[in-house]
Amino acid sequence: MTGTGKLVRLALRRDRLLLPLWIVVLAVLPMTYAASIAELYPTAADRQAYAAGSASDPSYVALLGPLFGSSLGALTAQRSGMLFVIVGLISVLTVIRHTRTEEEAGRRELLGAAVLGRHAGLTAALVVTCGADLVLGLLVTLGLLGQDLPAGGAVAFGLAFAACGWVFAMVGAVAAQLTESAGGARGIGLSVLGIAFVLRLAGDAGDGNVLHWLSPIGWVQHIRAFAGERWWVLGLAAGATAALAAVAYPLSARRDLGAGLLPTRPGPAAAAPTLRTPLALAWRLHRAALLGWAVGLAVLGVVLGGTVDYARTAAEDSKQVSDIMDRLGGAGSFTDSYLAGVMSLVALAASGYAIQAALKMRTEEAALRSEPVLATAVTRTSWTASHAAFAALGPALGLAVAGVAAGLTYGLSVHDVAGQLPRVTGAAMVQLPAVWVLGALAVGLFGLLPRLAPAAWAALAACVLLGQIGAILQLSQWALDVSPFTHIPKVPAAPLAVTPLAWLVAVAAALAVAGFAGFRRRDVPVT
Amino acid sequence: MDDAIAVSGLVKTFGRTRALDGLDLTVRTGEVHGFLGPNGSGKSTTIRILLGLLRADAGTARLLGGDPWRDAVALHRRLAYVPGDVTLWPNLSGGEVIDLLGRLRGGLNQKRKAELLERFELDPRKKGRAYSKGNRQKVGLVAALASDVELLILDEPTSGLDPLMEETFRACIAEDKRNGRTVLLSSHILAEVEALCDRVTIIRNGRAVESGTLDELRHLHRTSIDVELAATPDGLAELPGVHDVKIDRGHVRFDVDAKALDDTLRYLTKFGVRSLVSQPPTLEELFLRHYEGVRS
Ligand SMILES: Nc1ncnc2c1ncn2[C@@H]1O[C@H](COP(=O)(O)OP(=O)(O)OP(=O)(O)O)[C@@H](O)[C@H]1O
Ligand SMILES: [Mg+2]
Repeated sequence: MTGTGKLVRLALRRDRLLLPLWIVVLAVLPMTYAASIAELYPTAADRQAYAAGSASDPSYVALLGPLFGSSLGALTAQRSGMLFVIVGLISVLTVIRHTRTEEEAGRRELLGAAVLGRHAGLTAALVVTCGADLVLGLLVTLGLLGQDLPAGGAVAFGLAFAACGWVFAMVGAVAAQLTESAGGARGIGLSVLGIAFVLRLAGDAGDGNVLHWLSPIGWVQHIRAFAGERWWVLGLAAGATAALAAVAYPLSARRDLGAGLLPTRPGPAAAAPTLRTPLALAWRLHRAALLGWAVGLAVLGVVLGGTVDYARTAAEDSKQVSDIMDRLGGAGSFTDSYLAGVMSLVALAASGYAIQAALKMRTEEAALRSEPVLATAVTRTSWTASHAAFAALGPALGLAVAGVAAGLTYGLSVHDVAGQLPRVTGAAMVQLPAVWVLGALAVGLFGLLPRLAPAAWAALAACVLLGQIGAILQLSQWALDVSPFTHIPKVPAAPLAVTPLAWLVAVAAALAVAGFAGFRRRDVPVT
Repeated sequence: MDDAIAVSGLVKTFGRTRALDGLDLTVRTGEVHGFLGPNGSGKSTTIRILLGLLRADAGTARLLGGDPWRDAVALHRRLAYVPGDVTLWPNLSGGEVIDLLGRLRGGLNQKRKAELLERFELDPRKKGRAYSKGNRQKVGLVAALASDVELLILDEPTSGLDPLMEETFRACIAEDKRNGRTVLLSSHILAEVEALCDRVTIIRNGRAVESGTLDELRHLHRTSIDVELAATPDGLAELPGVHDVKIDRGHVRFDVDAKALDDTLRYLTKFGVRSLVSQPPTLEELFLRHYEGVRS
């Protein structure tokens, strides 16, 4: 364990932005849920009606989890159900990031030469992650106490967050021992998380079902915070944490640095006949990320699609909101505006994929892997095009998947799949030109100013800020106009305006062409 | 027949660094040409210009009769390149990389590939991330050597190979030479250069300082003489072209420039030569003399 403290400090330094960010976001959300539920349903009678109505809807329970009462605390606890999945996700990823990723990159070897105990890396990763989970739990408790919720429930709910994080941190710790690649470890960890979610969902689907007792996410929800807390359930989580730690440490002791316990499968001795073009190579390099993003966007579509009708009923249940809705032109246009808003969020996520796919070229160049390819009979243009194809078509696929997923979920909840599926999918697809602008910006930077290419991420961050808080800050229109997303028509709430879309496509094309031309003229590699 | 590579007055700057400063380099068709120079002298930069990856600031470069920048794609069908640090894609197997690079170049000789895999004892089924440095290098070598191309451009291709594999590499290049392939071989391993190269070019600070066959280079340099004389040779140190004279009564050691050898020997005979040993400069001495100039 020697050197653990040093590694903890190193990890905290590397995560000094990321760690506080997710802790704060996740800690603030339950608090805001409590505040908004209190505002929308001020009286006990309002809350009872809501609890008996939409909050007990099977699709709602499937998505978020069971409801154990109609108190403000119980409703808040149910509303926060999805956050447990996110805590689990972040805990798994953080542990793997500070263990297997480091080893794979060879950085651990470098540090290993300094005096480090065999378990220092694993212990440091767990200290950082579990510590962060604990801080999160504490902040959740404090936030709910600030909303005047009962202390017992607030403590139980905070502990539920910490417990969920701890179990999945240990899942990450075990997964990190198994494979040689960080990607493989992430796959194992996320599969466990996915299974836990599905078991939880299945367990809550019918009466007398006990499947959720097989899922850590099920456990922490069945602590029943604010509804007669069952503290002993925390013991299950503690036991699982200890048991997984008792697996991870001996595994870590048995294996060599850099090695995994699962044998790496050998690859083919010769290439498949189709692996003969730059595009075929790009497919091999992009397919895993493309699949991951498509699944992620599909989940986002399901989650957001599931909230549409909830948002409407919630709004109708509340006097103030329904007044606003009437002024806006009735419930129909409220859902349409909400849909358009939801899809602009999906579009921001899809832009993340577009930028990542475009910047893959920069990764390839900086790792000196583009050089041997460009020294064959591959033109610069076809090499660029093979990667840019993913930046262009990947988001189209992602938006379509998210749109279809949201359309199905929403359509099912209002019993109108045939009507809603095309509308919602259309609302997703109309975002594509704005996503292309950001992807093309990354291509343009790569071709013309390769060292500045990561600035495309800053552009995306600026768009997020302009879109989410620009209106609140009352920025002038020209500032908002900088973001391509400002120009997307608010389909289905507004008619489909073709002119702004055509302009966005033209801007994207110009940026991409500039990038292609720049890359044809410049030195490779620029490092 | 045209020269395979003809470079003259090549200049390339990176910001304030002048990586190439009027470089001349000629590689004749069918020869193995050694390209030597200290670290940072501009070898890799030259090779990247020849591959059309970097654009020269001034000077001319001709490769297989074409322009390396303008005709890059057509020329790349006729050559194969191995970088000094072969980096592989972590999720592609070595065999896949070999086939892919060969196909992108326009075709691979499958029989030769199988034979090379055997000779280099390379397991093509491993994924990129699982190869050691030396094995990554072998993947690059097999991919290049198994292509039916006219020209091989190799930038320190054997870095990381063990001595046995180094021997295999030499045997392969020797075969290629017999088959008429042209090879540009940048290397720091003098034994490799001595064993393989017909001619060499030594580059320093982006400029060619020597070029020719190894014999020619040796002749340009000082010979060490160790001689027993009947009398002490007064005035030897003052002769033009004579250096580092050490006299121990009749036993004399000195270095002499090739040009001055004839006159110096004539002079020595006046003192009654009893025995004489002459030693041409070793390659090491030859290169060290050039390399040291950079540091001082
Ligand atoms: N992309 C680049 N940007 C800035 N400077 C560079 C770049 N590439 C090379 N240089 C500089 O140009 C000079 C020549 O480098 P080059 O890589 O050609 O040397 P080399 O002869 O191959 O050396 P080595 O034997 O170490 O491989 C060095 O001073 C190097 O720092
Ligand atoms: Mg070099």
